[in-house]
Amino acid sequence: MGTAVERFDQKAHHAFDKLGQNHVYEGELLRHRVYTRFLHWMVALFFFLALFSGFGIYLPWLFRWFTPIFGGGPLSRAMHPWFGVAFVAFFALQTLNWIKPMRWTSGDTRWIRNIRSVVSGSEKMEPPDTGFFNAGQKVQFWEIVAGCVVYLITGIILWVGADTFGRWTVAISYVLHDISALIMLGGIFIHIYLSTIGEPGTFQAMTRGAVSEAWAWTFHPAWYQQVTGRDPYQACEEARRRMSWRS
Amino acid sequence: MSDRRTLQIKQMSAHPGPIPGEGVQRGFDVCKLIDTTTCIGCKACEVACVEWNDMPFSATTFDNTYQTMPETRWNFWNLIKFNEHQRADGTIQWLMRKDQCMHCADPGCLRACPADGAIVQYTNGIVDFQQENCIGCEFCVSGCPFDIPKFNKTTKKVYKCTLCSDRVGQGLEPACIKACPTGCLKFGTKDDMKFIAETRATQLRDHFGYDKAGVYDPQSIGGTHVIYVLHDATQPELYGGLPKDPQIPWSYTVWKWLAKPVLGTFTLFGLLGVCLHYVMVGPRRPQPEPPEKEVLDGNRG
Repeated sequence: MGTAVERFDQKAHHAFDKLGQNHVYEGELLRHRVYTRFLHWMVALFFFLALFSGFGIYLPWLFRWFTPIFGGGPLSRAMHPWFGVAFVAFFALQTLNWIKPMRWTSGDTRWIRNIRSVVSGSEKMEPPDTGFFNAGQKVQFWEIVAGCVVYLITGIILWVGADTFGRWTVAISYVLHDISALIMLGGIFIHIYLSTIGEPGTFQAMTRGAVSEAWAWTFHPAWYQQVTGRDPYQACEEARRRMSWRS
Repeated sequence: MSDRRTLQIKQMSAHPGPIPGEGVQRGFDVCKLIDTTTCIGCKACEVACVEWNDMPFSATTFDNTYQTMPETRWNFWNLIKFNEHQRADGTIQWLMRKDQCMHCADPGCLRACPADGAIVQYTNGIVDFQQENCIGCEFCVSGCPFDIPKFNKTTKKVYKCTLCSDRVGQGLEPACIKACPTGCLKFGTKDDMKFIAETRATQLRDHFGYDKAGVYDPQSIGGTHVIYVLHDATQPELYGGLPKDPQIPWSYTVWKWLAKPVLGTFTLFGLLGVCLHYVMVGPRRPQPEPPEKEVLDGNRG
């Protein structure tokens, strides 16, 4: 990515830091600044608006459940593409913001190979090379980038219609659009689970923007080391020794 | 009609011989027969359609043919397509085909439609759009093999020929049929129209030298409730792009009625999966955690 993108991103961060605030207390680290949080929640908002307006149209079973939310079928259909455009636009900004920490590394490949231990919960701490984002987050991020490309191309075809693009193009776009939505929906269950009850202490990263140091050395050891200069495993061991329940 | 038909006795206890009244009444599909060989291109059907359906004026397009406009519009459902066909011997044959909704037995528009009740098919075979339920997504346009549904950008609804379901419901023939001066348009039961059409095709083959004359009633979509007699049934494309083998995109069949519910349910299993993970494996907490106690057997441990 060129420097122009970075300059734009930095300017946006500064502007949003003036609008909002980042409170970091003792024993905490700043994880997401105001601009990142703002983008995340705009993406989330338009994702769910697009999801619900789209799912009413997607499944006949859900038509009578979801379309009234948006004032009926015609309005659902009219608004869905605009929700989608807003979703893609905000996610594009988030992509510029996150493209560097989302870069894939050899450590990420190892992480994916070792995913069983993550799911089974046998590994309490992340491996030492897990940086600002782990490989699971990166997979989800790039899936959404790919999904947005599919949404945008097929969505415009569906929006403009068969008169322009031909009936077979529309009929196939419709399937790709749906598959992309289903993959993203599956991903969002995991995303919401892990960011709330699945890994306690995560949610505040996207609300206040700060996380506890314990959270940081557990889930993102390399990032912890980078921002504090301390060894994450040693820090964890020291904390363990300080704990009163260890008698 | 329909009331009497439902009260027709189907089975009878301890009754020898045939059931009284059986086969006297017919449950029928309606059908419009268009004999392109006797159409003179007078456009009376176009006018009758616009008149009966009370359509607002639609500007015509002059492109050096007799055709009123290039294709049907949301407020112009009945259009005669004029095609000059050069025969192998160099002579010209004028092919005129009245184009409108074919009222397919297996309507692609209905399959493609995601809106509850926006497209219905009556038991008599007429496929009708219910604009009050239409959401204006235009999927029906891509589902239709005949390029018939037309979108109105102002009302954001799709419109097409109703086969005058309002007239047919009252025992009248459609407006286009009533207006036709040559008798090239006929209306009746599918069986009768098919019989007349086949008879006419045989006549064309045997007495008029149209060796390839035949009836257009494409079975790839289960037949249609508008059928044509063509001079050359092997080349329906000559008649202004009438598809030889009309198809509904596979995505509207396989994807919509099978893969959609299956994959939708599958996605719900994802939700179930994370819930099960929470109760069975449990969350990952920031370290250090309190040391675990030895739990051997539930509460007894």
